Amino acid sequence: MKLTTIKTLAIALGAGLIITSCKKSSDATPAATVYYQQEDQMGRPAINTVFNGAADKDAFNVTVPSAMGAIFQPKFITNLVALDGALFAANPAYYRYTTNALGWSPTVLTTTLATDVLNVSTTGATNLGTLSGRGLADDAIDIELKFLIFGGPDGLKNPQLTSDHVDANDKVFLTSFPYLASPW
Amino acid sequence: MKRKKLLLSLLVASALITGGIIYAADHIDAPTTTADPAGDITDLYVFSAQDPNNLVFVANTHGLLTPGGAGTTSTAKFDGNTVIEFNIDNNGDKVEDLVIQCKYDLASNSMVVYGPVAPSETGKRSKLEGTATATVGVTPYGSTAITSTSAAGIKLFAGPRDDPFFFDLNQFKKIVAGTATAFTSPTGTDAFAGTNVLSVVVEVPKTMLGGSGTLNVWLETKKKI
Repeated sequence: MKLTTIKTLAIALGAGLIITSCKKSSDATPAATVYYQQEDQMGRPAINTVFNGAADKDAFNVTVPSAMGAIFQPKFITNLVALDGALFAANPAYYRYTTNALGWSPTVLTTTLATDVLNVSTTGATNLGTLSGRGLADDAIDIELKFLIFGGPDGLKNPQLTSDHVDANDKVFLTSFPYLASPW
Repeated sequence: MKRKKLLLSLLVASALITGGIIYAADHIDAPTTTADPAGDITDLYVFSAQDPNNLVFVANTHGLLTPGGAGTTSTAKFDGNTVIEFNIDNNGDKVEDLVIQCKYDLASNSMVVYGPVAPSETGKRSKLEGTATATVGVTPYGSTAITSTSAAGIKLFAGPRDDPFFFDLNQFKKIVAGTATAFTSPTGTDAFAGTNVLSVVVEVPKTMLGGSGTLNVWLETKKKI
């Protein structure tokens, strides 16, 4: 018993010495790898904002897109139905969601949007309205309100809710790099 | 009617409001990010460049910066412990095949870019991948934009810009709170007018991005652990 303890001690000390000497003799010991952990996430504009309840907003931001659908689609559809019902309750003239201008049922809409990525074309024009990117001048809110959420099957329903009537930025964008306007 | 309004407020407000703060494109969209402007994405834009052989990636953080010498734009800074990461899926499985990582270097006050490069691990945790592919000094507030172009054709800018997002947020707030049933017509009020963000703009030759015509792109901020 005693011998074992002494042996163990000797091994531990020896290992310690070896490690110490390694440290001393080598300046090339690699620094520990620095890792970074996901804090915020965004694909399409306003998705977390509109479709997630307060309790889910942080969780959505730290979920990778490939895992989002299974977790958040059921919540998205619950929130969509609640929003639709509340707007109808407040205004009987409100046209309730059946499909949108893309022919998407509530299930297809929420399934598509719950995986929060921006679809981008590398071969043609890029515009949020055609789900091929997002340009600086794209009226993201009007596009989403009109064609995705409130505009109904033809995009013409609920005109009171499908445009905020802010159709352009408050500064003109540049035609060349870096494209965004100088700050105020 | 009163009860209906209350119901509307409860249902919709719960989905849109936390602690009295109303969210926008992705500005201050959750409690954690609201407390950390450097990690709070306000917007992602991806579009075909002036040169159609290139694609432009824009990441905005630090929302709602006020202008002027005493405004928050003059003091806002990128964070050396935050990586601003564009994730690119070029085969349709919603898992990143390439990343473009933007990391602020405090010592040189510059933005350093890694990639586009296949990450050694995918998902929530990342490390800087490979060696830097582009770097640019951060443009000071009030100065002409400083840009750089690498030998491989990557263009880079980092610094304060006008927030390109526009939205009558306050009227939307009234609609979801049940105190209005319509946007104002013919003209709304842009709640983001006159505010700035900190932008990183990266322009990349499309040949570096792979895929067969369609990409899925998302933006993440990642914090040093």
